[in-house]
Amino acid sequence: MSTEAAVAVDGLAKRFGDIRAVDRLSFAVAPGELFGLVGPDGAGKTTTLRILAGVLAPDAGSARVAGHDVVRHPESVKHAISYMPQRFGLYDDLTVDENIRFYADLFGVPRRERERRTARLLAICGMTPFRGRLAGALSGGMKQKLGLSCALVHRPRVLLLDEPTTGVDPVSRRDFWRLLYELLAEGMTVITSTAYLDEAERCHRLALLHRGRAILCDTPARLKAGMPGAVVAVTTPESAAARDALADLPDVTSLHVVGDGVRVVVASGAGGLAAIRDRLRAAGIAVAEIAVVSPAIEDVFVASVAAAEALP
Amino acid sequence: MSAAGEAVVVQDLVKRFGGFTAVDRVSFTARQGEVLGFLGPNGAGKSTIIRILCGLLRPTAGRALVAGFDVTRDPEAVRARIGYMSQRFSLYDDLSAIENLRFFGGLYGVAPAELRQRIAWAVEMAGLRGRETALAGTLAGGWKQRLALGCAVLHRPPIVFLDEPTSGVDPMSRRQFWQLIHRMATDGVTVFVSTHYMDEAAYCHRLALLDRGRLVALDTPAVLRTTALRGAVLQVQAPPTAETLAALDAAPGVLGAAVFGDGFHVVVNDASAVQDALPVFLAARGIPCQAVVPIAPSLEDVFVQRLGRRDAESAA
Repeated sequence: MSTEAAVAVDGLAKRFGDIRAVDRLSFAVAPGELFGLVGPDGAGKTTTLRILAGVLAPDAGSARVAGHDVVRHPESVKHAISYMPQRFGLYDDLTVDENIRFYADLFGVPRRERERRTARLLAICGMTPFRGRLAGALSGGMKQKLGLSCALVHRPRVLLLDEPTTGVDPVSRRDFWRLLYELLAEGMTVITSTAYLDEAERCHRLALLHRGRAILCDTPARLKAGMPGAVVAVTTPESAAARDALADLPDVTSLHVVGDGVRVVVASGAGGLAAIRDRLRAAGIAVAEIAVVSPAIEDVFVASVAAAEALP
Repeated sequence: MSAAGEAVVVQDLVKRFGGFTAVDRVSFTARQGEVLGFLGPNGAGKSTIIRILCGLLRPTAGRALVAGFDVTRDPEAVRARIGYMSQRFSLYDDLSAIENLRFFGGLYGVAPAELRQRIAWAVEMAGLRGRETALAGTLAGGWKQRLALGCAVLHRPPIVFLDEPTSGVDPMSRRQFWQLIHRMATDGVTVFVSTHYMDEAAYCHRLALLDRGRLVALDTPAVLRTTALRGAVLQVQAPPTAETLAALDAAPGVLGAAVFGDGFHVVVNDASAVQDALPVFLAARGIPCQAVVPIAPSLEDVFVQRLGRRDAESAA
């Protein structure tokens, strides 16, 4: 049992009319793993999560979650998992405690276990002082932490999260992740979708989705190491002029302005830096710093989506 | 009148709601063409400052000049010179893209002769060609966001306020959006952004860190990363469990620890001392530790240290 994947997806497909939302998607997630689904709008992230949650039937392929087939045994799947959609159903006119109690009843959590579990979940995410507060009076960050606590009260073996921290400030976000890591350490498996790549860096492994398929799937470190070319960060107060000066350099595959300069991806690798420096010098642009830097997940992502879009 | 090149001048700005001080003697200036980010937990004063600068809320004390006009004495002149895009994008879902643009163009008083040309510009800028008649409610996040930006700047405001502009928008669209913002900045538009995401903060020329109404730091992302953190950051390769986290929090010289992927970011007083002592400390508690290496602080490390725990306190 322990060697079986917590989630196994094989050749999964789902169409909506002419749109292939999920297109022969395959991946496996080990127990205790934090697995991220990353991709542009319409890449199939939410559809995949909904299929795994047993709320949407696939057209083809199979998905097993916590040992249960999502098509044949959707009810067993629902008892083994928790699914937190983008808008989690909290009751604004119930208190924090009452919301958790409601979900505990729904999942039939025994009364004695419920108390212990609720106290622990709320303590880890710093919500203990707010147990009597109405959910409607909580900040966005605290609402998300309460949603997570509700989703976790029945000890799911697999947790499915759809962009869980959108609009949540970094301090609350750290509490949110703290709670997740505690439960991962106990063997729970988490699949989360995210649009923020600083957040994707926290996952053990990532699948980059594009038009319903996984175009890359690996650990953040290996994804970065495997990116073709090199990323050159140029620090300059004249970022717009630098962008224009570098735009037609043949080696440049991606170029964008950031707050303190430009970030350039060159196909030739680290050797491409010299040509960038020369071009900027020729254009008379003051450069405070120029260096080859480790790619961010965002660089990997943009490069691989661009490559996938170039294919017929 | 403000000095040349200064788009916004804020001096000793104060806003009180009853006994609560939402903005507490804040002063700063923003240059023409600058992209300035506001970071801070909920309740730090970000939206109150933005609402004052939009001429929607009168300050209790101090003054603010926007495009040369005083927000208290001349709020109408201020409002005519700003564009505002909210995180909900404030579009009419049951109107088409082009109808939304026409509606906002009328609202902002764009002359009919100019409106046609401005709408064509917005459609081009937002990459909406071919989708002009699609209902706004059916557009994917990235298009919706660029349409909202188009609506907010149809009247060519010299100053634009963006409230969490890419909340829930995918990475490709976000990068595209920021390239549009930087082109506007190059053309001289001053842009204010409030955000919770460090991905987004890195696109700003300067960042203002706000804490309970006070401005605690204002500088470029690079300077904030290198100087605003008290202490240094170590990357610790150890099992990402609750036990490790508790041990790190209790370790001597550790100011704070957070899980990052399969390891931790640990903020410490003295990097070299802790770097040597930490593996021994963890080993004594039965926790294997493969590596401890100093790393450059991230903006998030700075944010969490300088602004941490305020959300919970202010909510209590």
